[in-house]
Amino acid sequence: MPNLKDLKNRIESVKSTRKITKAMQMVAAAKLRRAQDAAEAGRPYAERMSAVMGGLAASVGNSDGAPRLLAGTGSDQTHLLVVLTAERGLCGGFNSTIVRLVRSRIADLQAHGKTVKLLTVGKKGREQLRRDYADLMVGHVDLSDVKRVGYANAAEIAGDILARFDAGEFDVASIYFNTFQSVISQIPTETQIIPAKFDAPEADDASTLYDYEPSEEAILEDLLPRGVATQIFSALLENGASEQGARMSAMDNATRNAGEMIDKLTIEFNRSRQAVITNELIEIISGAEAL
Amino acid sequence: MADMMQFDLVSPEKRLASFEASSVQIPGADGDLTAMPGHSPVITTLRPGVVRVQSADGDKSYVVTSGFVEVTAGSVSVIAERAHAGDEVRKDDLSDLLEEARAKAASAEADQKDGAEKFVADLVQLLEDMD
Repeated sequence: MPNLKDLKNRIESVKSTRKITKAMQMVAAAKLRRAQDAAEAGRPYAERMSAVMGGLAASVGNSDGAPRLLAGTGSDQTHLLVVLTAERGLCGGFNSTIVRLVRSRIADLQAHGKTVKLLTVGKKGREQLRRDYADLMVGHVDLSDVKRVGYANAAEIAGDILARFDAGEFDVASIYFNTFQSVISQIPTETQIIPAKFDAPEADDASTLYDYEPSEEAILEDLLPRGVATQIFSALLENGASEQGARMSAMDNATRNAGEMIDKLTIEFNRSRQAVITNELIEIISGAEAL
Repeated sequence: MADMMQFDLVSPEKRLASFEASSVQIPGADGDLTAMPGHSPVITTLRPGVVRVQSADGDKSYVVTSGFVEVTAGSVSVIAERAHAGDEVRKDDLSDLLEEARAKAASAEADQKDGAEKFVADLVQLLEDMD
């Protein structure tokens, strides 16, 4: 039977763990609200952008002069996987679910004889993927110093990717991140960013015929790189909200588990204390009887 | 014909403005244009400049640096990569951007040089106009 002193120490240590997880949960909750607001605020821009580009792409897309960002390089031999994860751990399965999706995708692509390259954003994803795929990594973006992810960060990542595309390093790029569904559910998602894909414009949009100034091609040429940045930006925002949501529920669980553990240990502590008292009483009584 | 139309100004990070306007002056890539209700649908890219909006609550101006505009008969949507309300923009914000643009223009490939230099020239013009 563990002695009383040890039990007491354990209870104290679990109690302070519970305090920490509780604090982390509350911080995550506050950050989650901010992240959700940011994701909400960015939505109108992204929607407009893809609506206009979708319209343009539909009219220009099939002509021979379509930009490479839209038409692709004509091959799909080399794939660049852009993996967005968190900079910090303690957020449940958040990072692992993305990494699992990426792993299965890599295995799939390699089985089909494709070349895979990895660009990681966020420290945790790099750590997990480095073990098996260190030779596939072509770059890493560190956002650990960034307090609030802004459009400038996304533009930087997009610039990096576009430069690689222009240099012919890959044919197809996809981005992997967690879509925020709710605090308890984040869905790992794959989106292809190069060549750009758009949902077909809705039928009622097609009735508006726009004049384009300068030409359709010139606007599309101008917009496509921005479109890449916009997609990355919304993915970053989604990912940010998901991370905080995942951390919040993970810390909520941890706090609850710590509470249960404290209850269990307290019962054990009381039992041992009573046992000690009973023992002492028996000794005293038998001592008295012996006289 | 309605005498008001919907004006929206969105940047990647937030929706900066959304209200009814009677006319909007836009710095288009190929020259300024003023959109009034009933304007034929146009999509144009922006050059750095000032968007001026007339509305029932008075005139407002916004400094935009790049992006595009979608004009329809009943609405004007400015989708700007960087935008500031006219009265809170500071020249420092823009001079950083100017530095960046100059560096880009200096290192740009031949086929993009014209565009990059035009961007710098437009920014310089914008800064002068603000004095």
